[in-house]
Amino acid sequence: MLAMSTPISLELSINDDRVRASVPAHWTLLELLRYELGLTGTKQGCDKGDCGACTVLIDGKPQLSCLILAANAEGKKVQTIEGLQPAHRKAGGVGLDPVQDAFDRCGALQCGFCQSGMMLSARALLNENPTPDRTEIRQALSGNLCRCTGYTQIVQAVELAIAESTGAEPESPSWSDGNPWKSTTSLSGKNGGDA
Amino acid sequence: MGARDQHGTGAPWGDEFRAVGKSLRKIEGLSKATGEAVYADDIMLPGMLHAKLLRSPHAHARIVSIDTSKALALEGVHAIITGADLPICYGVIPWTKDENALAVDKVRFIGDEVAAVAAIDEDTANAAVRLIEVEYEVLHSYFDPNESLVRHEPAIHPGNKHGNISKRVELEFGDLESAFASADVVMEEDFVFHGSTHAAIEPHCAVARASADGLVTLWSSTQITHYVQREVSRVLGLPQSRLRVIQPTLGGAFGGKSDPFSLEFVVAKLALITGRPVKMLWTREEVFYAHRGRHPMQMRYKTGIKKDGHLTGVEATITIDGGSYSSFGLVTTYYSGQLLTGPYDFPNYRFDSTRVFTNKPPCGPKRGHGSVQPRFAFEIQLDELSEAIGMDPIEVRRVNDIGENTKTVNGQRVTSNGFGRCLDEVERASEWKTRRGKLPLGTGLGVAGSMYISGTNYPIYPNDMPQAGIQLKVDRSGLVTAFTGGNDIGQGSSSVVRTILCEELGLDPLDVRVVAADTDLCPVDLGAYSSRVTFMVGNATIDACRKLRKQIVEAVAAKWEVDAKRVYLGSGEVFDTEQRETKITTREAFEIAEAFHDTLGSTGAYNTPTLGGDYRGGSIGASPAYSFTAHVVEVDVDVETGMIDLKNVWVAHDCGRALNPMLVAGQMEGSAYMGIVEAVFEDHKVNRFGLHSGPSLLDYPLATALDTPELHALIVESIDPEGPYGAKEAGEGPLHPALPALSNAIYDAVGIRLRELPFTPGRVLTALRAKAALDKETKGASC
Ligand code: FES
Ligand code: FES
Repeated sequence: MLAMSTPISLELSINDDRVRASVPAHWTLLELLRYELGLTGTKQGCDKGDCGACTVLIDGKPQLSCLILAANAEGKKVQTIEGLQPAHRKAGGVGLDPVQDAFDRCGALQCGFCQSGMMLSARALLNENPTPDRTEIRQALSGNLCRCTGYTQIVQAVELAIAESTGAEPESPSWSDGNPWKSTTSLSGKNGGDA
Repeated sequence: MGARDQHGTGAPWGDEFRAVGKSLRKIEGLSKATGEAVYADDIMLPGMLHAKLLRSPHAHARIVSIDTSKALALEGVHAIITGADLPICYGVIPWTKDENALAVDKVRFIGDEVAAVAAIDEDTANAAVRLIEVEYEVLHSYFDPNESLVRHEPAIHPGNKHGNISKRVELEFGDLESAFASADVVMEEDFVFHGSTHAAIEPHCAVARASADGLVTLWSSTQITHYVQREVSRVLGLPQSRLRVIQPTLGGAFGGKSDPFSLEFVVAKLALITGRPVKMLWTREEVFYAHRGRHPMQMRYKTGIKKDGHLTGVEATITIDGGSYSSFGLVTTYYSGQLLTGPYDFPNYRFDSTRVFTNKPPCGPKRGHGSVQPRFAFEIQLDELSEAIGMDPIEVRRVNDIGENTKTVNGQRVTSNGFGRCLDEVERASEWKTRRGKLPLGTGLGVAGSMYISGTNYPIYPNDMPQAGIQLKVDRSGLVTAFTGGNDIGQGSSSVVRTILCEELGLDPLDVRVVAADTDLCPVDLGAYSSRVTFMVGNATIDACRKLRKQIVEAVAAKWEVDAKRVYLGSGEVFDTEQRETKITTREAFEIAEAFHDTLGSTGAYNTPTLGGDYRGGSIGASPAYSFTAHVVEVDVDVETGMIDLKNVWVAHDCGRALNPMLVAGQMEGSAYMGIVEAVFEDHKVNRFGLHSGPSLLDYPLATALDTPELHALIVESIDPEGPYGAKEAGEGPLHPALPALSNAIYDAVGIRLRELPFTPGRVLTALRAKAALDKETKGASC
C-alpha cells in the first residue's frame, strides 16, 4: 500500500561509488540495487534466500541481497557483478576479471541467470584461497543453484582460472583430448575477452 | 524434402572446417559475464505499472461472483480485470484450447488465475488483490488420476467429450500374443513416475506497452515467441501484425516457458486499458503453480525376450496425470508411446496411454517431453530381463540396437545412429567390465540407453510454411546480421547461427551479429522445443548463407572477369583459385557485391520431409533425425540410512556432428544432471486438499554443486545425412537414461529394484528390509 512505502534516505558504498538513494523502508538490498539503482546484473530467483541468484559481496563476503534490508547495507562495501570488471581494471588488470573470462570460455554461462551470484561466490573464494581443490570449490558454490549446467563447466571454469593464475595446465574435460579453452571468440586466435 | 533443405555434411569450401567443431565462446556469453544482458524483469519503462494476480484458494469450484469495487477504490490502483475481460479460450494445441487467461466461471486448481490488478507499485497491487471479493461454490475435486479415469461428474472441463479423460491413444503394431508366446522370458511389472518441475532459476515475467497507434509490444520470458504472438493476439482480438513479441535474454526454460501463460495476456490487456506499460513478475511460488512440468505416470510394462537377448515384443498401459488443463497433453500422450520404439528393435508393440484431468497444477512439456517416464520403466525392465537370461545388460542393448537406415516398429524412419558407439564409450570410460558386479556392497554401476527426436515434422498447427526461417543482412561495413525467430534460451542457438555464418562466409565471429526472437524483426521460427533448433534453424542458416555467397561470388567474378567457379570465399579472404595473388578481403568482396547487386540480403528456410507412419498420429514423434544416448551411473547407497550418494555419470551422446563441442557437452551435462537429480531430490505434488506441498526452492529442493555427481560427457558423432553438417540434437536426449541407469546401479549396489520414483531414503530402506526378509525366508526354506 502507498502508506507502507514511507521512504528512507540511505547512503551506501556500491562498487566503490558513494551512492545516495531514497527507497521504501522495507525494501531489500536486492530491490534497491535492481529497481532503484538499475544494477540489474544482480538477479532474483526466489526472493527468500533459497537460490543464491541475488548473491553480492558485502565487505568481500558472499551474501544474499534478498535477505538484507537496504538500510542494513549502510556503512558496508557492496560489490555487484557490474563492479567486477571495473575493479579488475582499477587494480591494473586488462580485459575481464579472470573468473568472468574463464566462465565464458568454459561455456558455463548457459542461461546466465544464476551466474552473477555464482561468479561472485567464486571470486570471494579465490580471494580467500587462491588454490582451492575441487571439493572446496563445490562447497563454496553450494549456495548458488544452477539449473542449466550440472555445475561441471562452472567447476571447470574456476579450475581454469586457478590453473592460469598459477601457470599450471588445466585438466582436460572428458570430451576433449587437450585444453579446449584456448580458442576463444576470434578464429584468428585473438582473445575475445580483451576485445 | 526440398533440395533447399539438403546441404551436405562436409566442410563446405575446402577440406577442413574453419568454425564448425571449434569450442568458440557463446555469442552472448560476455554480456552475461558482466551482468549487462537484459532479462525480462530488467526492463523498466517510464510510467510502468505493476500487475499482480488473485489466485484461486480452491482446487475445484464454480465462481459465483467477483466484487472488485473495494480494490478499485484503493489509491494507486489503475485497473482490474477478470475472466469477463478475456473470455476467449487459448491453448498451444489448436484442438484443445481449454485455458483462459483469467478464470471464466470456474477454477480448476489451487493457484488458478482469477483476477489481475495493475497499480502504481507491487505493494499496492498486492494490497488491492487482497480486497477483491470472490464467492465460490466448491465442487468435488480430483487428485487421484485413477478416479478421473472412471468418474466424470462433475467434469473438470464440462465441454469435454470424454468427461475427465483428456486424451487416449491406443496403437498396436505386430502381434503381441505370438510375441510373448515365442519369448523365453516374459516380465510384467508396474512402475510409477512422480511429477517433477522445471524450476528455471528465472521466474516468469512479462512487460507490455501499448502505443497510441494501437501497436502492442510484449516482452516475455518465453521460449516460443511465435505461439505467444498467435495466442495473445487472438485472445486480445488484435491482428497478429499489431502485436510484437520479443523474448529478452532468458533465464532458463527446459520446456517450462513453452505454453502461452496467463501473465502475457494480462499485461497486454492491462497496457491497452491503462495506456501505460505494465509489468508482471511471478513469485517463485506462482511459478510452481504455473508448472507445466513432467507428467506423473503409472505404467505397466510387459516385455518378452529370447535367451539370445532378442526382444520379441513390448506392451505398455499408461495412465498420465495431466493436471487441470490440456497444455501440450495431446502430444504428451502420443509421445508416451511413440518415442519408445528405439534404440531397440522389437517387432511387436502395443501401447494404450490415457491422460486424465485432475485438480492440480497443469502438466506439460519438460525436457524429454513425454518419453522420460516410459524410458524409466522400460530400461529397468530391460535390466531385469538381462539378468533373467544371464546376459550382460550392455550386451543385451547391443544385440537389440536398431542400427542405421531403418524403420522402427511404428514406422519412424531412422537414418544416422551412433547408439552402438555410445554403449562402447560408457562401457570403456566407466571400466564396466572390470567393475560392474564386483564393487563392494553399497557401490554399484547401472546402464541405460535412449533415443530422442531432433525436431518433429508435426508443426503444432498444420500449415505448409517453413518451420524455420532466417534472414541475412550484409553491407559494406563487413558486418553480417542474421535475423532469426529461433529462441536462444541459454542453450546456444544464436551461437550455432553465428558458427554457421562464419563457416559459410569466411567471417570472423566478431563480424557477425544475431538478432533473435523478435516478431517484428525476424522471420517466423517455431521456437525452442522438441530439440528442433540446431537441426532446423541450422539448415535454414546454411540455406540463406549459400544464396548470399552466390551473389557475392558472382559479383566478384564479374569484377575480375573470371568464371564464378574460380572465386574462393570462405577463409576471411577472397581469391582467384587459379591466380592466388588476386585476392581481397571479405569486406571488400561485400563492397563489390553491394555495388553490383544493390543492397544485399538473403533468406533461408527449412521444412521437414514428409515422415511418419501411415496411420492416425503416425507423424507425431516422426523426426528428420534421432539422437542416441547411453549412460552408466555409479552410485553409493548407505544401507543404514537409505541415503543415495550420486558419484559419477558417464553420458555418451550421438549428436550427429558437434558444431561446438563445448556447448554440446554443456547440454549433455545439464541434461544428465537434470535427470538424475529429479530421481532423488524432486517431487512435484499436492497434499490431500490440492495445495502444493511446498512451492519454494527449499521445499522442492534442487541439487547443489555438492549433491551433483561428476558428469563425464562423451561425444559420439554419427554425421547425420540431413542435419546441418551432420548435426543432430543434444539438449534433451541426454537426459533420458539417467533415471533408469540410477535404478539399475542401485540394484548392482545393494540388490533392490526401485520401480517407483522418487528414490527417497524411506523407499530405499523399505526395499532393503523387504529384501532382507525375503533373503531370510529363502535361506530358511533351504535349511
Ligand atoms: S533471490 Fe535471494 S536467494 Fe533467491
Ligand atoms: S546458467 Fe542457467 S541457471 Fe545457471
